[in-house]
Amino acid sequence: MKQEEVNFGKSDQFNLTMIPGSFARRMRTCLIWQFFRFTVINIKMLIVVSKSH
Amino acid sequence: MARLIIMGGGVSGHTTATFAKKWLGEEHEVVVVTPNSQWNWIPSNIWVGVGQMSKKDVVFPLAPVYAKAGIDYRQAKAVSIHPNGKEGSDESYIIIESTKEGTQGQTEELTYDYLVNATGPKLNFDATEGLGNGKGELGNNTVSVCTADHAVHANIELKQLFEKARKAKQDGTGERQKILVGTGHGMCTCQGAAFEYIFNIEHEAKKAGVRDMIDIKWISNEAFLGDFGMGGLHMKVGGYAVSSKLFAESLYAERNVDWIIGAHTSKVEAGKIEYELLDGTMHEETFDFAMLIPPFAGVGLKGYDKDGSDISDTLFAPNGFMKVDAKYDAGAYENWKASDWPETYQNPTFDNIFAAGIAFAPPHLISKPMSSPNGTPINPTPPRTGMPAGIIGKAVAHSVCDMIKKGKENAHLHKASMADMGAACVASAGKGIFDGTAAAMTVYPVVPDFEKYPGTGRDTDYTFGEIGLAGHWIKHILHHMFIYKAKLKPGWTLIPE
Ligand SMILES: Cc1cc2nc3c(=O)[nH]c(=O)nc-3n(C[C@H](O)[C@H](O)[C@H](O)COP(=O)(O)OP(=O)(O)OC[C@H]3O[C@@H](n4cnc5c(N)ncnc54)[C@H](O)[C@@H]3O)c2cc1C
Repeated sequence: MKQEEVNFGKSDQFNLTMIPGSFARRMRTCLIWQFFRFTVINIKMLIVVSKSH
Repeated sequence: MARLIIMGGGVSGHTTATFAKKWLGEEHEVVVVTPNSQWNWIPSNIWVGVGQMSKKDVVFPLAPVYAKAGIDYRQAKAVSIHPNGKEGSDESYIIIESTKEGTQGQTEELTYDYLVNATGPKLNFDATEGLGNGKGELGNNTVSVCTADHAVHANIELKQLFEKARKAKQDGTGERQKILVGTGHGMCTCQGAAFEYIFNIEHEAKKAGVRDMIDIKWISNEAFLGDFGMGGLHMKVGGYAVSSKLFAESLYAERNVDWIIGAHTSKVEAGKIEYELLDGTMHEETFDFAMLIPPFAGVGLKGYDKDGSDISDTLFAPNGFMKVDAKYDAGAYENWKASDWPETYQNPTFDNIFAAGIAFAPPHLISKPMSSPNGTPINPTPPRTGMPAGIIGKAVAHSVCDMIKKGKENAHLHKASMADMGAACVASAGKGIFDGTAAAMTVYPVVPDFEKYPGTGRDTDYTFGEIGLAGHWIKHILHHMFIYKAKLKPGWTLIPE
């Protein structure tokens, strides 16, 4: 059984939400993708910071 | 020469003091009264609480920094404010009580021309039976990560629990350990800190190879997961605008963390809590290790008039936080507006007194008010995180400097409404350069403005969130950046609040 499916079965609360599959989980620590996200998140944060000062 | 006194040298007060001194120069005096000898980057206490950082990584001594900046530093706590002076003198003053070794308990009067209250929260452990020790401090039944010392202790207890779990696994006894993390009262804020702690524990338990022996549960006063005291937020993901509820629930389910929400923890004992739910039912939950955030209150400053009469009600709201230019009579939830939130943080009675950071009294909640059929309020109080605390501190410094330099009549009061300000939050979900994760979020504005942004109350172009390693890198960089800035190292003013 896939890991996400195991947790769906653990409780009703878990069953009614979304759980990332292996691809989404891998992307969270994939260095190349995360370097890209690092740049994007920083830009977004800088925009919010500049709008707030 | 004017004298500005800042009570509280935390995130907000330190920002006010350092900018005010920079802008006022040698001509005017800036005094900081704060009981702590060390500055603490509080967000990183989470990592101290799981043994990933030591206390010395998150604190540094204040005295040399203030000496370098030319700030008069008093290691003391402010006790009372006397805005109209005393018999025979019109000079405003505060009374402070030393917390420095050698002079502890000695009191002193300090006169001021301008006063900023940045005393942050009182960690009100005693509001819940058994959460405190009856003397206003953390009791023996649970741990806390609110101060660096608390976090050091929390880590010791956590590691003991991991050891028990490891032994049970080795011996094959099957004895499981139970961890409970969340809020210790129906009126708590700071759910974000508890959120970070629970996922850091989960991450560490996995690394220690004992996750399968530990049940981890969340308990909180939020009406839904992902409320965070801000009424939740909606973000754009994959072409959808979705509620933070969905994302929070997803993370808890993915990491196998069960949850109880809409809960007021009414009693804490060794290994057990009692709580009331929004439907009025009473329940119990057992634990082997629990970290429950206490509710916050004002630090208990008093106000006195010239004749010695108590004017605390004029200066402070009933929760002990200082009254500022907020609309405190907005009434029912349906009438709440973004414009109820303060802009200048000036006290309405005394124009030379301001409050910054957690010390100011918010006009009302941000989340929808809720209570159980028994009349117990169960709702998060508004968060005032690091970024708003810093921005407000800087705006107040600006206003006071203008008042000192241009005179009260010509001064421009600087605005920093939380309904017109965003916040960038990075909530750690586990530390590690290659396997760490954090939820990086921005929200704009912090207080929803349903007139400007009908529907979600926020600008969904600037309100987003995602979880990943990049968030962890940002959190780690912020740790170093903010400590660097607080130490006033070269270029510190270039680092935003
Ligand atoms: C565990 C934890 C994790 C957190 N993580 C994050 C995060 O990741 N991101 C984020 O943005 N925010 C986070 N926060 C919130 C953040 O720490 C606060 O928003 C911020 O510290 C508020 O700043 P402040 O100056 O108002 O209060 P504080 O920083 O608490 O400063 C108040 C100061 O006043 C002093 N004081 C108290 N009483 C007196 C008195 N009588 N006289 C004089 N001085 C007094 C105190 O000693 C203290 O130095 C976290 C909070 C906690 C507890």
